[in-house]
Amino acid sequence: MASSTSSDLTLSVNGEKYTLTVDHRTTLLDALRERLDLTGTKKGCDQGQCGACTVLVDGRRSVACLQLAVAAEGHEITTVEGVADGDRLHPVQQAFLDLDGFQCGYCTPGQICSAVAVIEEHAAGWPSAATADLRPEAGPPPLTPEEIRERMSGNLCRCGAYMSIVQAVARAAEANGAAA
Amino acid sequence: MTTATTGRSAADRVTGTAHTRVEGRDKVTGAARYAAEIPFAELAHGWLVLSTVARGRVRALDTDTVLAMPGVLTVLTHHNAPRVDTDFVGMLGVPPDPGTALFQHDRVPHRGWPVALVVADTPEQAREAAETLVVHYDEEPHDVAFSAGREAEAYPVDGHMPAVMEKGDLDRELAASAVVVDAEYTTPEEHHNPMEPHAATARWEGGRLEVVDSNQGTHWVAGDLAKLFSLDPGTVRVRSEHVGGGFGSKGVRAHQVAAVMAATVLHRPVRVVMTRRQMFSLAGYRSPTAQRVRLGADPDGRLRALEHRSLNQTSTVHEFVEPSAATGRSMYAADAHHTVSRLVRLDVPTPTWMRAPGEAPGSFALESALDELAEKCGVDPIDLRLRNEPAVGPVSGLPFAGRNLVACFREGARRFGWAERDPRPGVRREGRWLLGTGTAAASFPAMAMPSTASVTAEADGTFTIRINAADIGTGARTALTLIAADALDVPTDRVLVRIGDSDLGPAMVAGGSAGTRSWAWAVMAAAEELRRGLAPGADIPPQGITVRSDTTEAVGALAQKERHSFGAQFAEVAVDPATGEVRVRRMLGVFAAGRIVNPLTARNQLVGGMIWGLSMALHEEAVREPASGGVYGADLAGYHVAAHADVPHVEADWVDDPDPDDPVGIKGIGEVGTVGAAAAIANAVWHATGVRHRDLPIRPDRILSAGGDA
Repeated sequence: MASSTSSDLTLSVNGEKYTLTVDHRTTLLDALRERLDLTGTKKGCDQGQCGACTVLVDGRRSVACLQLAVAAEGHEITTVEGVADGDRLHPVQQAFLDLDGFQCGYCTPGQICSAVAVIEEHAAGWPSAATADLRPEAGPPPLTPEEIRERMSGNLCRCGAYMSIVQAVARAAEANGAAA
Repeated sequence: MTTATTGRSAADRVTGTAHTRVEGRDKVTGAARYAAEIPFAELAHGWLVLSTVARGRVRALDTDTVLAMPGVLTVLTHHNAPRVDTDFVGMLGVPPDPGTALFQHDRVPHRGWPVALVVADTPEQAREAAETLVVHYDEEPHDVAFSAGREAEAYPVDGHMPAVMEKGDLDRELAASAVVVDAEYTTPEEHHNPMEPHAATARWEGGRLEVVDSNQGTHWVAGDLAKLFSLDPGTVRVRSEHVGGGFGSKGVRAHQVAAVMAATVLHRPVRVVMTRRQMFSLAGYRSPTAQRVRLGADPDGRLRALEHRSLNQTSTVHEFVEPSAATGRSMYAADAHHTVSRLVRLDVPTPTWMRAPGEAPGSFALESALDELAEKCGVDPIDLRLRNEPAVGPVSGLPFAGRNLVACFREGARRFGWAERDPRPGVRREGRWLLGTGTAAASFPAMAMPSTASVTAEADGTFTIRINAADIGTGARTALTLIAADALDVPTDRVLVRIGDSDLGPAMVAGGSAGTRSWAWAVMAAAEELRRGLAPGADIPPQGITVRSDTTEAVGALAQKERHSFGAQFAEVAVDPATGEVRVRRMLGVFAAGRIVNPLTARNQLVGGMIWGLSMALHEEAVREPASGGVYGADLAGYHVAAHADVPHVEADWVDDPDPDDPVGIKGIGEVGTVGAAAAIANAVWHATGVRHRDLPIRPDRILSAGGDA
C-alpha cells in the first residue's frame, strides 16, 4: 500500500511485469535483489564505482545501485537472468564460460550485461576514448583489445580475470559480425 | 545397480587438461547464490555503526531515538550485547582478531571500530536508523603515523614465519664486499577489496546455530564462532557455497559475530552485510611496510651478505606481522644472511593476511635491490640471480623439493626476448614514451595442512565427494572434480563435489596457496581406497559405499624440505616523462608450481596474481588521514584497483616441475603470481627512465618529482 514513504509501482524486468510496493529509498538494485529475488545482479559497492550491478535499462547499460526503484517504472529492465534465450546461453555468456572469463564470479553478471551493451554500442558506431578516428564517416572502429578494455573499464574484476574477459567479449563480438 | 571404476586408459586422464568450471553456467547466468542472496522467512537486517574517533571511550549512545524509528527491532551495544569469550587459539594457530569481540567494552582502539548494530525489518530502515544513531565519545589523542622513523619503537614478532633468522657474520661480509647496495623501500597500506562484500545470515534452527556466510573456510569460522559463544562445536553449522573473492580477508570478522548476536537476541534470522566503506576498517588489510635491504657482493655479483629488515604497523589490540623480510630466506645463497620482520603498534585497525603476505611487499624490496646490484656490478639481472642459486636452503640447509627457478628464467627470457635487451637505462624512446623492461624472481611456500574427505560410490553409478573446501574463485571445485575423476578412473560427469559446509568436517582453509594441495590429498586418499575396495561389477547398496580419509598422519610424515613454487616475472613499461604516466605494455610470468591440475583456471589465476602485482606497483594506496585516523576516500573510487584499461597483455605459463617424492605433486598457484611482479615493473621503470623508484605505488607525481633522463 502506498504511503507518504512508499509507492505502488510496476517494474518490467526480463519481459515480466512485477507489481510491488516499495520504500522510496529502495534502489533498483535492492528491489531486484531483496524484493524480486533476482539476485543475479550483484552489489559490490552500492555507490556506482564497481559496475557489479550493471543492468540494461531500455537496452542501455546502467548501474542499478544509483537509481531508485520508483524511477525505473516505465522502463524495460534486463538483468543477467534475462540475457539468455531460454536454456541457450547468450553468445557473451557462452564465451565467458568457455574462455573462463571470471574467477569468483561476483563481477560476472555486471561484466556480461556490460559486454552485451558494448557489442551493440560498437555496432551502432559509438566511439570510445580509445577510438583513433572519430570522423562520422570512419564508421565503427575495429573492436581491438584496447577498444574493449576502454569500453569495459566501468566493470572492476578484483580477481584480475581481465585477459579472459577481453577475449570472451572479442569472441562474442566476432559471432555478432564485428571481427577486430 | 552395479558400478565400475575402470574402463579408461591412462590417456583419458583429465588432470592437466582444460576444463571449464563445473559451476560456470550458474555464474554466467546469475543462478549462483552468494551469502547475502539466500532467502529466509522473517529475515531482519543488521547495520553496523562504526566509531568516528580513532581512540577513546564510548560515553553514551542515544539509542532511544533510534529504537522509536519505524521497523527498528533492537540496537546492540556494549551495554546489552551477549558476552563472548576470546581467550582461545583458533584453527590457524592464532587467537581471534579482537575485532570479533564486538560490543564487549567501551574502548575504541581505532576509527571504524564497531560500536553498535542496528537491526530492523528492512535494509532501508536499518541503514537510516544506523546513520541516525548519535554516539558520544570521550576522545583521546591518537597516533596513526606509520613511517620508517618508528624503528625505535618496533619489536620483532613471530607470525606465520619466524621473525628473526641469522646466519653468518653480516658486518664482516659487508666489509669484505666489493659492491654494496643499501636501499630503503616502502609499500603503502593496501586493501583486499574482494568484489563481494562480507555478508552473513545467522539463525537458530532446531537447536543449532546456522550461519550462511562468505568465507575462506567454514570449519575455521564455525570453530571460532563456537568458541566465541561457548557452544558445542557440533551445534554450529556454517555454509559458504559461492564466495565472491577473499584474498585473505574472509575469515572470522565482525559481521558474523554481529549476525549471531542479533539472531540470538531476536529469535529470528538476521543478515549483516558490510558496506564497501566499512570494509576499509573491518575486513583487514595489508600493513604499509618500510624495508631496508643491504646486499654485499663480489665484483661478479656473487652475494656475500644479504640483510633484509622490515617494519609494519599493527593495532594496539593485536600483533599481526607482515613477514616481508622472510622472502629471501629460501631464495639466494649468501655467506651472511640476516632477516628480521618487526612491527610498531598504532591506533589503526588490525592488518591481516593479504595475497602473498610478506612475499608481496618483501619481494618488491629484495628483487628491486637485486636489480640495483646487477646495475652496480654490470651484470645482467638474470645472470646475477643464476650466480646466486643455492644448492640447499640458504638458511635452513634443507634440500629443495624441486627448484626450477632457472628453468623459469631461461624459458621466460626466451619468450620475452630478453637476449636483445640493451642494459642501459633511459635510452629507448617511442614518441612521448620512454620504454624499459624489467625482471624479478618469485617464490611462495608449498604448504599442506591436514584435511578430511569422504568419497561415496552411489547406487546410480555416480560418485559424491565431500570435502570442506572453499572455492573463492580459485577453481578448487573444478580441480577437485578432476582429481577425483582420475583417482576413481571415471569421467568427470560421474563426479559430484560438495564443498563449503562445516558439516562436511575439518579441512584446510582456502589460504596459503595450500587449499587445493591439501584438499586434493584427502580426496585422492579416500578415492584410491574406495577404488581398491570396489570389485568390478560389485553391487552398490542403496545408501552407497563411503570411504573417509584423514591426512593428518600423512601430512605430518612429509619429509622436512624446502618446498616452494618459483617463477620468473617480466614486464615492459612505457613512461611519459611529461605527465608521469606509467603504462605497462606486457607482462610474462613463467612458473614452476608443481602439477597443474586445470590449465584453463590455473592460467587465469596466475595472470590474476600478476595483475595484483601491476595494481600494487602503480595504483593501490590507502592513505591514512592523520587528523581523523581513517582512510581518505575509503571506496573503489578513492582506492584504485587495476581496471580493464590498466591491464595490457599479461601472459602466464609454466615449466615442468615434478616431484616424484611428493604424494600430491600440487604446489599451489594462488599467490606466487603476485610475488615479484611489482618489482619487475619497478625495475622496468628504472630501465625506461634511469631513476629508481623505491616507494610504491609509482604514481605520476613520483615520476615527475624524480626527474631523471626525461
